[in-house]
Amino acid sequence: MRMAELPYNLPDERGHFGPYGGVFVAETLICALDELREHYARFRDDPDFRAEFERELKHYVGRPSPVYHAQRWSRELGGAQIWLKREDLNHTGAHKINNVIGQALLARRLGKPRVIAETGAGQHGAATATIAARFGMECVVYMGSEDIKRQAQNVFRMKLLGTRVVAVESGSKTLKDALNEAMRDWVTNVESTFYIIGTVAGPHPYPMMVRDFQRVIGDECVVQMPEYAGRQPDAVIACVGGGSNAMGIFYPYIEHGDVRLIGVEAGGDGVATGRHSASLTAGRPGVLHGNRTYLLQDADGQIVETHSVSAGLDYPGVGPEHAWLKDTGRAEYVVIDDDEALAAFHDCCRIEGIIPALESAHALAYAKKLAPTLGSDRILLVNLSGRGDKDMNTVAERSGLHFYCRPECNPESGQR
Amino acid sequence: MNRIDATFAQLRATGRTALVPFVMTGDPTLASMPSMLDALVRAGADIIELGVPFSDPMADGPVIQRASERALMQHVSLADVLAVVAEFRRADATTPIVLMGYANPIEAMGVAAFATRARDSGVDGVLVVDYPPEEADGFAAQMFEVGIAPIFLLAPTTPEARIEVVAKFARGYVYYVSLKGVTGAGNLDVAEAADKLAEIRRHVSLPVGVGFGIRDAASAQAIAAHADAVVIGSRIIQEVEDGPPEAAASRAGAWLATIRQALDAMERKRAA
Repeated sequence: MRMAELPYNLPDERGHFGPYGGVFVAETLICALDELREHYARFRDDPDFRAEFERELKHYVGRPSPVYHAQRWSRELGGAQIWLKREDLNHTGAHKINNVIGQALLARRLGKPRVIAETGAGQHGAATATIAARFGMECVVYMGSEDIKRQAQNVFRMKLLGTRVVAVESGSKTLKDALNEAMRDWVTNVESTFYIIGTVAGPHPYPMMVRDFQRVIGDECVVQMPEYAGRQPDAVIACVGGGSNAMGIFYPYIEHGDVRLIGVEAGGDGVATGRHSASLTAGRPGVLHGNRTYLLQDADGQIVETHSVSAGLDYPGVGPEHAWLKDTGRAEYVVIDDDEALAAFHDCCRIEGIIPALESAHALAYAKKLAPTLGSDRILLVNLSGRGDKDMNTVAERSGLHFYCRPECNPESGQR
Repeated sequence: MNRIDATFAQLRATGRTALVPFVMTGDPTLASMPSMLDALVRAGADIIELGVPFSDPMADGPVIQRASERALMQHVSLADVLAVVAEFRRADATTPIVLMGYANPIEAMGVAAFATRARDSGVDGVLVVDYPPEEADGFAAQMFEVGIAPIFLLAPTTPEARIEVVAKFARGYVYYVSLKGVTGAGNLDVAEAADKLAEIRRHVSLPVGVGFGIRDAASAQAIAAHADAVVIGSRIIQEVEDGPPEAAASRAGAWLATIRQALDAMERKRAA
């Protein structure tokens, strides 16, 4: 029997997706997670909670986000029609805000005046800082000191919004270390503090809860595609770091058995070089950050450093539900490297007038590969999960330009 | 009888509290481990908790994370940890060794392979920080099978119903984490710990060790009045990192000896 024909009701009550997921944390965190699970179970289907969540999404975020037919690009590629789900048009510029609103509403109902978050590229941190300002909550964001250097603009944004950004100096000084540090804060301050995790990873109930808050992306597509494109897509394509935008758009399509679900991992310099972030493609199952999932690790079980041009995909693990969808074959996972993502980034800018986030450019790059192999009556739906304003510096550097010039330098000298 | 049970039986007969230091394998160097373990035993350690380095020690504070990083700079693996234990066992047949670490290095070796290799090396107990009892049934069963005690944590926030669950799986001793937060944090509340220990003892017949937050003779004595074992980690590692690596073992031993003396003095007073 094909899995797509089964009713899909994972995770089980202990947070397992087959062998993946679960609650792999120290005893000191168990009580907080039990409390969160109970409260989330209570509010998940509460009509008042749902109504408030939907009101925030509509009036504060600007949902529903449109689906958009990338006609010129599709014509140029000469194959399948590419449609974009425009999460880049959300307030704060990415899908991250959907989940943050859900968790912040929950924090408010639990009477927690303080929220904390981890961030890599700064998008989840900025979204959390935004909602903390909107709801009048104290907010602390943990960010690796390496990422702080790479993402100065988002650090500034968070500070503008009244958030304290704490530089994490341990380990590799990136997202995974920020997550460790946020967990430590939570263990210590659990009575006053709600930990807003930014992706579909971590201990149960986070992978389920974040998916539930992000499924609005796919739910909207299921309604919009027949209306605007005439039918459901042949394939849904999304980038996968931790995997929240992909889970959000995949989840409502899991039971649509004839829709291919394609997750695109970050290939960095190429999987063969070892400098990449493709956990599902090149990793092995293990335990990290509270769940069992595919991990990039060495033979001794130590987590290895990852690489991607997009900071938001630069993570050695992946959400456990993706691990399960991979093993069952319901979703396919492919790899796009830095250069391919950058090429798609430029195509999208020049042909469609949309500057995509480098994360989303990975999904676009795979659509660009796949479209010409299919007939023009086929439809590919790509989750354009965020906009690329935050990536100006990175792209400028990669293109040999210098976006920022100090006053003493000649503006012309930067333009090689 | 397992060496852990034998140790506690003997301590109980003489009315003493177990002194349990924690050191990280490979800190400051892998080569220094035999002299480190020897120094701890000579200073009066009853059981030694030996850390298995991990790249992402989520439940540990900065001190133990730094120890882990020093070990990983030398690529110290779980296999190295087992080799250190095997070498220790050739010279010491009685002092129990408990490994403490995270799940992933064990899963990378394979739980079944780890169980037999740990038994053959002379490991007596294993505490996997990120295996709460809910996720540990298979692991605990494989440890029982080879005669290794799975050790579990209890926290100030652990409700009574969960203490019963932990009691079902645990062997050797249970480890009460005496404060909220990570290893090496401050603010040990002795009265609160004493209340919780009384609650734990209603459900757990095993010895109860207390750790997290014990930093000096006074806090060790205060906890020893209520606990069967006093576990000290971050404070010893500070001795290890605070000075030249060649003398780390003697510094750690000298510091631990002061705690041993304080506990002995208290026990003599109590006996008198």
